[in-house]
Amino acid sequence: MHIVALAVVVPMIGAAVLVGIRLWSPRLLNDLIAGGVALAVVTLCAILLARSAHHPFAYWMGGWRPNDAVAIGISFSVDQLGAGMATLAAVLVAAALIYSWRYFDGADGLFHALMLLFMAAMAGFCLTGDLFNMLVFFELMGAVAYALTAYRIEERGPLQGAINFAISNSVGAYAIFTGIALLYARTGALNMAQIGHALDGHPADPLVIVAMSLLFIGFLTKAAAVPVHFWLADAHAVAPTPVCVLFSGVMAELGLYAVARLYFTIFAGALGPHAEQLQAILVALGTVTAIWGGVMCYAQRHLKRLLAFSTISHIGVFLCGIGLLSPRGLAGVATWVAGHGLNKAALFMLVGVLLHRFGTVDEFELHGRGREIRVAGVLFGIGGLLLSAVPGVTSFFGKSLLDSAALEAHDPWLPAVFVISSILTGGAVLRVTGRVFMGWGASEREEDVQVAGAAREGDEETTRRDHTPPLMLAVPAVLLVGSIVLGLIGGVVPGIERAAAHFHDHAAYARWVLRGQPAHFVPVATSHVEAFDYLYAAGATVGALALAALTLFGYRLLPRTPSAVLGPPRTALAALRRLHSGHIGDYIAWWTAGAAALGGASLVLLR
Amino acid sequence: MSFLPFAVAAWLFLAGLYGIVSSRSLIRAILSLTVVQSATYVVLLGVGYSKGGQAPIFADIPQTSKAVDPVVQVLVLTDVVIEATVTAMLLALAVQAHKRFGSLDPQDLRALQD
Repeated sequence: MHIVALAVVVPMIGAAVLVGIRLWSPRLLNDLIAGGVALAVVTLCAILLARSAHHPFAYWMGGWRPNDAVAIGISFSVDQLGAGMATLAAVLVAAALIYSWRYFDGADGLFHALMLLFMAAMAGFCLTGDLFNMLVFFELMGAVAYALTAYRIEERGPLQGAINFAISNSVGAYAIFTGIALLYARTGALNMAQIGHALDGHPADPLVIVAMSLLFIGFLTKAAAVPVHFWLADAHAVAPTPVCVLFSGVMAELGLYAVARLYFTIFAGALGPHAEQLQAILVALGTVTAIWGGVMCYAQRHLKRLLAFSTISHIGVFLCGIGLLSPRGLAGVATWVAGHGLNKAALFMLVGVLLHRFGTVDEFELHGRGREIRVAGVLFGIGGLLLSAVPGVTSFFGKSLLDSAALEAHDPWLPAVFVISSILTGGAVLRVTGRVFMGWGASEREEDVQVAGAAREGDEETTRRDHTPPLMLAVPAVLLVGSIVLGLIGGVVPGIERAAAHFHDHAAYARWVLRGQPAHFVPVATSHVEAFDYLYAAGATVGALALAALTLFGYRLLPRTPSAVLGPPRTALAALRRLHSGHIGDYIAWWTAGAAALGGASLVLLR
Repeated sequence: MSFLPFAVAAWLFLAGLYGIVSSRSLIRAILSLTVVQSATYVVLLGVGYSKGGQAPIFADIPQTSKAVDPVVQVLVLTDVVIEATVTAMLLALAVQAHKRFGSLDPQDLRALQD
């Protein structure tokens, strides 16, 4: 199974070739090489996904297999959720590269090379079974992402976004590194299965809990959970559109993937007796993130920033799902992540269409102007509905699984959090559809709810054009179709449920990685979607539509509303917005507070 | 195993964080970031140290001699490389920020506040 290593090696070689020939190679050649390599990696990841369906397997670099269940070498431990995440990342890189054929006029070979390196780092991150190896791929992913964010280095927005991104994520990476060092001190191992095996059977002591907190806060920085999320809105709002597609579609989710992977492979044995308390901590973090992101999303008029906050809100929902620590919760998150990744990628691409054509991404400056490109309007509206998890699409199946997982875990209020997130994020995107593509609602002067400044400089295009290349609409259309039908394909959702059950099995993981024993899993009872789920999800979509309609048509009522009703929410919202100051010192102060809170809560509750 | 390296590491980590939070210059913030990172080196070297251990180069010492753990040193080396890359890139961004914003004070970087 050497193709496991190829999924990382091939894009790295492709990147090196692109850098080597970039002084003379024409744009077309760059596009062909990068596109070809990306499609090859999609194929490789899809093969891994198929091969690991029933038997996850470990590949040992250089043939350094474990000796009597003691791992010395470095493994890629391939199971279906890991391979699935790698496939999603590869698909989005391929889509972003195809999209940028016509979008990114100034892109030379360096851009393509960076995209391929990004792809290699994400694939390695998903597939590796070694904790330190995971950190190296995390850092590689970070370094490439900082460079891509600041790709237009002559503009102020991308510069500031990249600086905030790089410092925040580096601090997160150092927390992870310290956590790894502590675990190595305790167990003498770096392979995740080996560490987990060594920790099993002993109650978790403070050292293990501190290591866990450091690892989790570091990966949650990448995932952008409140209060370590501030960098995300800055970076995602200013990075070039094809890069945003990857940031929001899959990179943030990889942070959560790492949290889940680490818990189930390393800590599940030692922390098993305290699972309920850990569940409370993670679900609380997720709930705050989901609501915070949703409110901030709704309050934006800068469209890329709006989508960035909607990602934060969804990250909160996913964190709740992982925090339930059950196979069903994991399956719900995995399903929803697939649907959300394709959908969010398409939405960013459609905002890129607006930017390409009109030179702005400000909701009010674009008022009614989107009528020139009706296709984009239809697609954007569909994207909004998908974001609210409209019944029948992939994200809906994920949400139903999460709902039933929440009820099983006796958190009956959690589905309400999911619904609020769906209404706020879906409603915001539908509102934009109405205002930009239909010309509904207030234009700049009449509106007094939104107080932020217009979309500032720092976006990649400032020229106006009078046409949109069809390819730039075709790619998001294909992704949206994928986001709709993926969950409807027979066997996909039950397959994800089975994969999640395998991912969840701590003891079996150690056996198949360290002893190479084929895993024997108990067949999983898959869940069914009831009529009630459809009705309930339809309610969320109707809520999103109603919220959008209320904003677009209800603003005339505002002057007649007594200020006692509007005052407090407005003050609260203004205070919330002021926290997103763009100042790196503030962000790191929040990071420190978040790390201290997570570590403190864990030390108190998990012992 | 002595407690001292871990206390030093915790101190370095927090001092570095304080440096980033309080910096009025991006250069100082970036250097503070490298202070945070040096905390991780101290932790690792503290983990791998063994009293009376020699450098783990077995070419000129007997195979059975007591040596410090080479794995942590490899980890540190790997991360030194990563740190060099990230620091170089951040400093390049800081130079560019000085050109575009006319200042290195994070408070004067005002392209992105909400």
